[in-house]
Formats: sequence, C-alpha cells, structure tokens
Amino acid sequence: MSRSLEGTWLVGGPIDGEVVRLEEPLSFWGGFDAATGTVIDRTHPQVGTSLTGKVVAMPGSKGSSGTPGVLGESIRRGTGPAAMVVTKTDINLVAGAITAAALYGTPCPILLVDLAEFETLVDGEAVIAPSEKTL
Amino acid sequence: MTVTLDEQEQRWLSGADGKAMQLAMQLVHAAAQVSGASRFVPIEMAHINSCHYSGAMSLDFAEFLLAEGATLAVPTHTNASLISCSSPGVRPRATSPDEIDGARRVMEIYEQLGCSSMWTCAPYQQPEGRPGFGQQIVGSESNAVGFFNSALGARTNKYGDLLDVSAAIVGRVPEAGLHTDEGRRATHLLDLSGLSPGSLADANLPHLLGAVLGREVQSRVGVIDGLASASEDDLKAIAAAAAAFGGVDLFHIAGITPEAPTVEAATQGVAPTHRTFVTDDHLERVRGSLTNVDGDEPLRAVCLGTPHFSVTEFEAAAALLGGRQIHPSITMIITTSRAVATELDLRDLTEAFTQSGVQVVLDTCTYYTPRPTGVDGLTMTNSAKWAYYAQGILEIPVAFASLERCIESAVAGRWIR
Repeated sequence: MSRSLEGTWLVGGPIDGEVVRLEEPLSFWGGFDAATGTVIDRTHPQVGTSLTGKVVAMPGSKGSSGTPGVLGESIRRGTGPAAMVVTKTDINLVAGAITAAALYGTPCPILLVDLAEFETLVDGEAVIAPSEKTL
Repeated sequence: MTVTLDEQEQRWLSGADGKAMQLAMQLVHAAAQVSGASRFVPIEMAHINSCHYSGAMSLDFAEFLLAEGATLAVPTHTNASLISCSSPGVRPRATSPDEIDGARRVMEIYEQLGCSSMWTCAPYQQPEGRPGFGQQIVGSESNAVGFFNSALGARTNKYGDLLDVSAAIVGRVPEAGLHTDEGRRATHLLDLSGLSPGSLADANLPHLLGAVLGREVQSRVGVIDGLASASEDDLKAIAAAAAAFGGVDLFHIAGITPEAPTVEAATQGVAPTHRTFVTDDHLERVRGSLTNVDGDEPLRAVCLGTPHFSVTEFEAAAALLGGRQIHPSITMIITTSRAVATELDLRDLTEAFTQSGVQVVLDTCTYYTPRPTGVDGLTMTNSAKWAYYAQGILEIPVAFASLERCIESAVAGRWIR
C-alpha cells in the first residue's frame, strides 16, 4: 500500500514509486554520473547511491550552470530519477525536467513538500502523489 | 505569488508561435514561479553557457531550437567551449570523438542561432560583452556573473543551462534576486583591518581573498572593507574564486565597486547580519588547500588564464618571461579569448609567447575534461579557481603560486617553491 504525499507541483505528476532519500543537496554536474545513474560526489554522504527509476527525495541541488543538462541527460538515457520530491524550489531541477519532457516525452515530476513531510520519507518506501495542475 | 503574463507571453506559452518559443517561455515562466516574482523585466544582453557541450541533451536542445526557428531577442555572447577551434591538438578528437564532435556541432548551432562567437568566460574584457551600470542582463558562467554584478553594477542572477538561452530568446527574466535593489544589499561584512602588510602586498591576494569571501559568505551578498585598490584583473580573480568556493554572485568592496562608495551604501543603511574579521590565518588556510601535493613531483605543466587572460595579464607575463624559452619538458598553456588574442597580435605578443614555447589557446579552458594534452601530472597555476576545480575534475597534483613563480618554474622545468 503506497503512502500518498501532499505538496505543490513544480513539474506536474503523477508520482508512483519507491523512495531514495538524499540527506544533503547534490550538484548533478560533477556529482552525478548520467551514464550510470549514481551519485559520484565523494564529499556527499551517499556517494555510490543509484537514483535510477527512484522517487528521489532531496533538499535540492547545489552548484548551478551544469545541473539542468546533466539531470536532463540522465532522463534521456533512462538512468535518471522517475520523480523528485524537494523541500526548496529549485529552477535547475525544474528546467532539466521540463526540457527532457519536451524533447524526449519522458516525465520527471517534481513535488515540493514541507520539511516535516520530507522527514517522514524512508528509503524503499512506496509513495504516490496524484496528478494535479502544475504550479 | 503568481506572475501575470501579457498577451505576447501567453501566446508564446500556448505554442502559437512554435515549439521553441513555447519551451523557452515555459522555462522562464517556471523560473518566475520558483522565484516568487510577480513580473518580468526586459534584458539588454546575455552571456550563455548552454553552448558548452555537456552531453547529448545539450546538442538535442540546440538542434531543437534551430529546427523550430528560435531567434534571440538580445545580443547573446557565448561562454568558453569544450574545444578550441584554433588549437584542436589541445583536445585531440581521438581521445573522445563523441564529445569533441558534439562540442563542435553545438558551437556551430549557437552561431547559426545568431550568437556572437566570443567563446570566452571573460566577455567583459571586450566592449560588446561589457554591460553598463544598472543594465538588466543574463549571465551564466560564475566568474562572469560575479564580475558583471560586482565590478560593473549590471544586474543578473546566475542562470543555469537551458534557462539562460531561453531568457535570451524571450528577452526577459523574472524580477527577482539580484535584479532588484533589495536583493543587492550586503548582509555580510568582511573586515580586512587585521591583515598584515605582507598579506596585503601578496601577489595572490585577490585569489586568496576571493576564496575566503566565498567560504565565509557562501551565497549571501558580502561587502569587503579595507582594500586600498583593486584592478579589473584583481576583481576578476576575486569574482572567480568567490564563486568557486561559495557560490557568490555579487560582492561589494567599499570605495572600489560602483554600488559601494561606502560600507553603509552597500548595506543600504541596515546593520549586517554576519561579520568576519579576516586574518592572515584565513588566507593561509585557503592557500594550503589550493596545493594538494607535498613531495618532489616532477613538474609537467603550467596553466594560466582561468578566467581568460586579459591584455594586461599577458603584458605582465611577457615582462616576467623576458623572451626566455620555457623548459622543453613543460607544457605551458595560457587560455584567452579571440578578442584579446587579436589585441596581442597587434602588439606582436602572440609571436613572442609562441617563440618562447608557450601555447596561447583560444575558446576553451584547461580544467575541463578530457584533459588537455600534456596536462597529466603536477601542474602549476596562479588561479585559485583553476586549482580548486582541477584537483577534482582532472584528478592531478596541483601547485598554486604567483604568476612570477609559475613562469620561473616553467623556465627551470621544476617546481620552484
């Protein structure tokens, strides 16, 4: 039985999948390998974690210019997240997801949740969020 | 807060003017909603990084814009590329054909879209890439964003790939962050009154100070108090290091940068929420982190020009080199822009560097992968930004030193400490 999440859509849903929760922000450029779908930032506590096909819960991205391209590239290759749940609005993630959807037709919905909701999420948990209009 | 769209913006969003306008407006609209802006401001120029190849999607996106007939609303300048058109041997195609071919194709497409072919991270070193005080613009590359905002008083947030060119296409950005007066207020004061005369006279002070600024303020706006002077090259070094170490998009220097005739002007009369009393120890800790090797590694390379060297930096390097040959075992590369290279040609300096064995390389930077030919072991640099990124990206030993020490080491063929 999947738990239902509440939040605001940054990129429209729905979400239906299994959670991987990152404890710290991640720079996709330089910190994530789009070829393998894994976190490669050696300073990130969850280096080596695969994000492929997961509902990736994370505080947000860091760094900047390159993140949209790398996230989008992973969506193109099918190695990227299936969806994301964030606690901070983040244009770099949103731009990567919107562009990948426009170019490749592959969705990567992004849901903004409050910190309390974020902190209840546990790795491997099945979650859903029904589709609604984007913000 | 919801942004209000005018008729034109609604039309773009609807797809009535084609898929490229639609996607560009979608991204700029999303940026407005994410930032909470209630309206857009028109921009007057853009310096974009989307033209830097970062995988197949960057090429697909460019092809899409071209095929769908996208046009640029404002003069749009290109950031440094993965490849150098004038020196293809720096990154030979055979080492990574997909990336090299992709980068070349992306360059062609952005030129076809109507961008000016600057291919530089320091567009402000030529008149067309130099926005005026108070102008609303789009910047993407981190040192350029810092320089535009801080040294020139132009106004931009740091726009990531895809969004930067989208904003250039629709000619507007959300009115948020550093586009607004309140977003430009310094909240963090860095007091340099505790620095020793020796530290203040250090040739690497701008690089080290920029790094300390980045570490201390992170992404806040800081104001530095106690610097007697700073050249444009110094401001460039501070901007580059501060962005690398902390994500700084704007800083003020009291008495030097245009929005900071005084500390109070920079803080807009509000008491700063954070203060750092900068000491020699701050600078030495940063300096220590920029060299990641102790032993007697053989010196392999010297890389200068991050950000791209200016004419005055080339003149300083030429004076230090004094016509001597660099050691045959050393690869020495100075990266710069086409415009600066043209200025060097006029001064017969390009030929002088070539005869000394120095490669003057245009369009690109030496810390991107694939690694440039010859940059495969201990490499010296006078750039804090280069040292910071190369340690992780190129995975080589790096030694940070003054311009003079870098050049003397290149001539001697060994790391002179």
